[in-house]
Parts: sequence; C-alpha cells; structure tokens
Amino acid sequence: MTNQKDFEKIERAAARRKTVINAVIYILLGFWALMVLFPFYWMVLTSVKSYASYNSEYIPKFFTLSPTMQNYVDAFTAVPLGQYFLNTLVFTVATTAIMLIVIIPAAFAFARLQFRGKNVLFTLFLSLMMIPNELVVITNFVTITNLDLRNSFTGLILPSITSVFYIYLLKENFAQIPDELYYAAKVDGTSDFKYMLKVMIPICRPTIITVTILKVIECWNSYVWPRLITDNEAYYLVSNGIQEIRENGFGRENIPAMMAAVVVISVPLIVLFLIFRKKIMEGVARGGTKG
Amino acid sequence: MDNRNSKAWLYLLPAILFLGVFMVYPLVDVFIYSFEEGYNSASQTFFGYGIYNYSYVLHDPYFLQAVKNTLILVAITVPLSTGIALLISVGLSSIKKLRELFQTVYFLPYVTNTLAVGLVFMILFKKTAYSDGLVNLLLNLFGGSSVDFIDGPYWAKMFVLCFYTIWVVMPFKILILTSALASVKQDYYNAAKVDGTSRLRIFTRITLPMISPSLFYLVITGFIGAFKAYSDAVALFGVNLNAAGMNTIVGYVYDMLYGDSGGFPSYASAAAIILFAIVLTITCINLLISKKHVHY
Amino acid sequence: MKVVLQNLTKKFPNRNKKEAGEVIAVNDFTFEIPDGKLIGLLGPSGCGKSTTLNLISGLQKPTSGKIFFGEDDVTGLPPEHRGIGLVFQNYALYPHLTVRQNIIFPLQNLKGKNKLTKEQMDEKALEIAKLVQIDGLMDRKPSELSGGQQQRVAIARALVKMPRVLLLDEPLSNLDARLRLQTREEIRRIQRETGITTVFVTHDQEEAMSISDMIVVMKDGIIQQIGAPQEVYDNPVNLFVAKFLGTPPISVFEGCVRAGKLYIGDDCIMDVAGIDDQDVYIGIRPEGFILDGDGPLCCDLKGVEVMGRDITIVSTHDGCMSDEIRSIISSDYKVSVNTDQVRFSLKPHKVHIFSKTTEMRLSGN
Repeated sequence: MTNQKDFEKIERAAARRKTVINAVIYILLGFWALMVLFPFYWMVLTSVKSYASYNSEYIPKFFTLSPTMQNYVDAFTAVPLGQYFLNTLVFTVATTAIMLIVIIPAAFAFARLQFRGKNVLFTLFLSLMMIPNELVVITNFVTITNLDLRNSFTGLILPSITSVFYIYLLKENFAQIPDELYYAAKVDGTSDFKYMLKVMIPICRPTIITVTILKVIECWNSYVWPRLITDNEAYYLVSNGIQEIRENGFGRENIPAMMAAVVVISVPLIVLFLIFRKKIMEGVARGGTKG
Repeated sequence: MDNRNSKAWLYLLPAILFLGVFMVYPLVDVFIYSFEEGYNSASQTFFGYGIYNYSYVLHDPYFLQAVKNTLILVAITVPLSTGIALLISVGLSSIKKLRELFQTVYFLPYVTNTLAVGLVFMILFKKTAYSDGLVNLLLNLFGGSSVDFIDGPYWAKMFVLCFYTIWVVMPFKILILTSALASVKQDYYNAAKVDGTSRLRIFTRITLPMISPSLFYLVITGFIGAFKAYSDAVALFGVNLNAAGMNTIVGYVYDMLYGDSGGFPSYASAAAIILFAIVLTITCINLLISKKHVHY
Repeated sequence: MKVVLQNLTKKFPNRNKKEAGEVIAVNDFTFEIPDGKLIGLLGPSGCGKSTTLNLISGLQKPTSGKIFFGEDDVTGLPPEHRGIGLVFQNYALYPHLTVRQNIIFPLQNLKGKNKLTKEQMDEKALEIAKLVQIDGLMDRKPSELSGGQQQRVAIARALVKMPRVLLLDEPLSNLDARLRLQTREEIRRIQRETGITTVFVTHDQEEAMSISDMIVVMKDGIIQQIGAPQEVYDNPVNLFVAKFLGTPPISVFEGCVRAGKLYIGDDCIMDVAGIDDQDVYIGIRPEGFILDGDGPLCCDLKGVEVMGRDITIVSTHDGCMSDEIRSIISSDYKVSVNTDQVRFSLKPHKVHIFSKTTEMRLSGN
C-alpha cells in the first residue's frame, strides 16, 4: 500500500525531529546549568588550593590533588570573618523578628478590624510600595548619623525593619480566612489579640514562613545600608566584610583565602535553600523581586 | 465604636511609626534637601532654596558617566536576560527528566550574596601578573588575545558587568516564566497539535499571548531593577566606581552621601530624585505599551 | 471512515513509585467503529475511556496493538497527520482569540497545496459556524460566551478542517442539566448532518444511551460489552453492566436457584429453567415490577413518589443489597400508602440472574 509507506516516512521524520529538538533543549539547559554552577565550583576549588600553588599556576588547573584547609583557617584568623558572621546573624535574626512583630498586627488590623480611615490608610500603605529605597536612604542616613547611632546594631536594624510589601502579602492571606471563624471566636469570648495569636497565625503559617525566609535572604545579603552606616569593622556584616577583604585583603592578594571566605559566606543560604527549596521558590514567585 | 477604633490603631501603631520615621518623613525630606543650596553637613546650615543642586548634578561628568553606564546596562541586560530566561523556561517546560534538578541549579544565584560571588567573577575575568585568568585563557584558545576585563578597556568592563548582572537576575525570571508556562493548560497545546500547528506557531500564537502578563511584569521589574544596579558593580570593580569609570546612578547617589567624595546629601537627593523620575517615566511607558499588548 | 482498534493496550508506570508494576489503562481492546456512526465510550472515571480517546487521537502512543483508520495503519502517526477533530472537556478555546480566529486557527496551519486564502478561510468558518448556530457570535472572545456557546465553538473548531474522525472528550460534563439535554441533541444533529464518524467519551450512561448508535461499556481498562444501547440495556453480560446502565438503577438481590426455581430468601419469585442450583445475584429493573397483591415478592413500603406520568414506589427488602428498591409503575395504579407492605410480581425479561462467583449473567433456555 503506497499510503502506508508515506505514513511510515512521516512517522520516522516526526521521531527524528523530536530527538533533534530534545537534544538541542538538553544542550541549552546543560550549558546554562554549567554557567551557573561553574563559578561555585571555581570558588570551592580555589579555596582549597594553597596560596603558593594558586599563584604558580599561570594556567589555572581545573582540579587540585593536594587540597588544603589552610585558607579557611586564614579566613577566620587573619580577618575577623567570625565577627562578620556573628554580626550578620544578630542583624538578620533581630531584624526579621522585629519585622514580624510589627507587620503581623498591622496586617491583622487591615484584614480583620473595622476602623475609621482604614481604606485611606491602606491605600497610603500601598502607594508606599512604589517608593524606591534610594529615595529614603539619604534622610535615613542623616537621621541615624544625627542620632549618633552609626556603628551600632540599633542604627543598622531600625530602618531595615519595615516592609510594606510583606504587610500587603500577609493581609491578603489573612483576609482569606472565612469570617465565620472570627464570629465563632467572638461568640466564645475570644479577644482580638488572642484570635490573632491562636487562629490567624497558625492558619497562615506558610505565608509567615515565606515572608520570614525572604526577609532572611534579604538581610543576609544586604550591603548598601550597612556600608553607609558602619565604618567600624566590629559592626561589619558579611557583605561589607567581603568587600573589606577585597579592598584591603589579607595583607597581600591572597585569592584562595578570599575564596574560602566567600564559600563560608555563601554556604548558610545555600543550605537554607536546599532545605526549604519548595517554600523559597514558591515564596519568591509570589513576592520576590530581584532584578 | 471609639474603643474599637483606637484598638485597631494600636495594632497599626508600630508599623505606622516605623514607616513614618523611615519612609514618609525621608520621602518629604529628600525633596527639601534637593532644593537646599549650599548645605553643609558639618554645621547643618544652608544658604537658601533653588535648583542649583540639580544643575550641579546634571553637569557633573561623574553623574553623566553614571547615567550613560546605567542606560547601557539597562539596554543590554533587560532584553537579553528576559530573552534567555524565556528560552530556558520554554526548554525547561518541555522536558521531564532532570527538570527539578535544573530548576534547583538555576535558582542558586538568587540565594547567594551578590558581593561574595562577584569576587569569583572578578578572579575569573581578571588579568594579573601571575595569570591572565580563566576567561582570557578561553579567549586565547579561540584565537583571541587577552583583555583585562576588570581594569582594562571600557567595553570589556561593561561586558563583565552585563554578564554578571544577567547571571544574578536570571533565577527570578526563569522562576516566574516557568510558573507562567506551567499554568498554560496542556489542552491548548494538545488542541493545537491535533490541528497540525507548527512548534513556532504554537509558541508565537498560543504560548506568548498566554504568558504575556508575566512577561511584561518581568520587563517592568527588570527595568526598575537594572536602573538601580549598584552592588554588582561594586562586587566587580570595588567601591571606588568613579575611578573605574563604572559608576551607576545609584552608586553616584551613595558616593555623594558617604565615602571619600561624600558629605553632600543635597546633591545625593537631587540625583536620587532624577533617578526616580527616569524610572517612573519608563515604568509608565511600559505600562502603556503593556495595556495595548497584554491579553486579558 | 471506519476506525479499527486491534489488541490495543496502554500501560502507564505506577504513579506511586514505591509500588512496583504498571497501571494498565487500556487492556487489549479490539473493536470496530463503523463508518459514519456515533459511538459512546462509557464507564466510571478511571476506566480508561479518555486514554482510549487519546490513543485514537494520537496524543498518546499505545504500548502495543494497532489502530486503523479505514485501511490505513495510523498507530505511530502523529496526531496532526491523522485528520481528526478533537473537542476537549473544557473546550480549550484560546482565550485571547475571537470566535472567528479560534475557528480559523486550524485552517491557518494548512501548507502547500492545501493552503487557503483568507476569503476561503472566512467562508469555511462561517459555513461551519452556521452549522453549529454560532454565526452571530463570531467577533466575541470565549470569555463572553456561555458554556453551551463555548461548546459549539469548540465543535466548530474541530469540524472546520473536515476531519475524518471527530473525537469528543466528556463534551457535556461542563454544562448545566438543561443545556446538557439540548446540546446532546445538537451533537446528534451535527453528527447526522456531517456524517463524520464520531467517538465520544462520557461517564453518564443516560447521555451515552440517548444519542449513541453504539456504546462501549468499560471498566478498569477492560471492555465489558459493546452494542446498541437498547441491546446492552436489555441483555447486560454481567452485573457491572446491569448496574451501570439505567436510572433509577437496577435493584440487586441476593438469592439462589434451587431445582429450577429462583428464590429471594424463602420466597420463590420465579421459575427459571436451565440454570444449575447455585447462589446468585438477581437484578430487577425498576420497570420490571408489577404491583400485585398476590405477587411473590413482599417488600416493606417506605414511600411513594408521584411523578405525573408514573409512580415510583420506594421500598426495602432484607435480601436487597442496596438500602432501597425503586420500582416504577404506571400512574394508573392507585397505591395505598397506608399499608406497611407491598407485593410485586415480576416481568421475567426484566429480571437478570448473575453468578455469585463470576458475576456473569446466567441465562436459562
């Protein structure tokens, strides 16, 4: 049957096309994966090369047979990396915790409570979302300087706390909880505050976790504000610390030790990401912006 | 009723306090600063009001350089990163094997410290006395000659900056586009397939219109983000961006405020407001265009 | 175009990766769909009917077996070369295109000598739109249409390139009850007018019975019975088919055959010749009951529903496997609600006997 021959030809052509397209897709994806992973590989690799061997490689080697931990020791001893780390931890935990304490009641009030001027105020809040940080940093810098809060955790933390967007995100989530729950709680004589603590927060835990993680990432990577407000190493966060290491280094251009510091700084967030991968990606898709 | 009112305000009080002190007041203040002429940060005095600060900033060669750098960065990275992200997302959504792995890998740059990983890029691209750096070796391999991407010619530096910026913004774009693509129902594709629609036509006539809202969202946020570029440049070229000729508008604002050339909050304010005006204009244009082209 | 399925089998890897083995969605199907007929694939959800449709359309490839369109073996052929029209359960109309653009969409894919001019396309689209009676809505977007109108647009889009076979996946399930009745007649009419071999999938037996020339009853990937609707209804091959077809459903009793007589409990309800003594299931259609004061089957009366044309008597019986027995009798009878019990005699051809072990139908002579 002639027809049948044609069919077979079409079948084969379709199968071939599919294979080719698939191959192209995998090559493309693999290429980008390589682009993403390579800097990480290079940073880990360089961090375990000894200072001498790194500097003697005119053509850098793609592997090393004699890995050393010396760079990590240097990173923690020659520069106060541990101090930077601790500072960042304090900064991140304090900022995130205070933020939650501030935004949860605000979101609750917008979602649940009735009061005069609610809509006007909420609109005002929303319009604040469009204000870029660059515009307000200047006055904040002057304010904090005048308050004599430079080089202090208070000065670092206070302006970093509020996030209108997270209030908005939480409010939307709170508002999804059916009114019946609130009325039922009211009938049982539950106070608003107790209702917020015992009902709303547990129900909206996923969103609260998302907001927390996003804020932690933001804090861990924050650079601009800490740079403006600290010039004392004792208050440097990791971003400023790494910049300091870059500018003034280990006394000499010690790249392997620098990379060791970079690895140490990068690991916590990567571990956090690998644990909460789904949550983080979901959260960023809903509310993240970067780029 | 009054009782309930005051209770609600009590819940809002901390947020209002923080926002008032650190956002609303500064917002008003920045405009005032920008018009205060001859402000002296030591004595906190000024001569009078006027537009001198704006005029100074607009005539400052460093500012003009920063504007030029920023515009080039925006013009290159926004279309390129969105395009590549689209390509990768389409690829991702058409495979099953290894998909999760790829997605995880692609997201990594999002959770890394921009400053820290910037250092890795620096050593990959930098040409030193000891070594030409890995990228230059690759260039040599393909017959090119070594270029110092970090301290060398302008376009080499611009290339690295764009490259790193794209690397950093990619995760967010891929994430948004893959979830947009995933929300397009398989039925549409099946329907088109049964009708013998070619892959290209499926892409342009079905996929693109369906994900156009996300695409425009990315373009808009992409513009805003690229205009605010700063820490990527610091990571690659160090804090003295003016000297490297690679400053950005945001970098200019901060340099005016603080650092070796700092202490001029009035100039910084004027520059920040100019930046805000540019971003606002571009965003409005974007929104107008998107109204015309985005479906539903 | 007749469609032939030959030993068609489709296996899926088990979704739960911990469990080994495969799920067999379609198990060894062999049947022929005659040219120009309307066929209903019928079964509960998960029985493999949608998979069968996808195999015919080419969206999925069979694990083994063959599919023929006419004399052509199309088993491995990609969907776009099969010449099929497919209507999806949720219509899959492109939301950003107007009705006209949606209908024209398949025509714009034609290449080479089949390529049409814009005028030809518009003409064809209008022609088909008239057939399904949506020619007044051509410039609307799908979101501005009702469910029934969307359904018609979907059918128009599937028909516009004159497919050899039209496939409909649960075409009525997204419509409300009134629209469903109307639309199924509409599908019947369109199928008759175009004469295109049509296969549709449904879980609603009434829908399948009312418009199909032939129904295929499936369960767990296995064909139970194929035949004209009435034929299948009257002669179900097993308990499943008997239970699946008919509203109100058939009433099933536990009983036994002893020496050519059929018993429910201790009551002998009927003579049956040619069936060996054994325990059986007895299925009685609602219309198989006759109100008869001397009848052999005695039930506890629960209530009476008067529906105008006929009366539904709701009763219970210890031997019955469901909570209640629904029997339909003509409203000419007057039923006294004051009694506790009601007695029936039975129409023999409405009583089906099934083996208790195999659940296959036992027929006497």
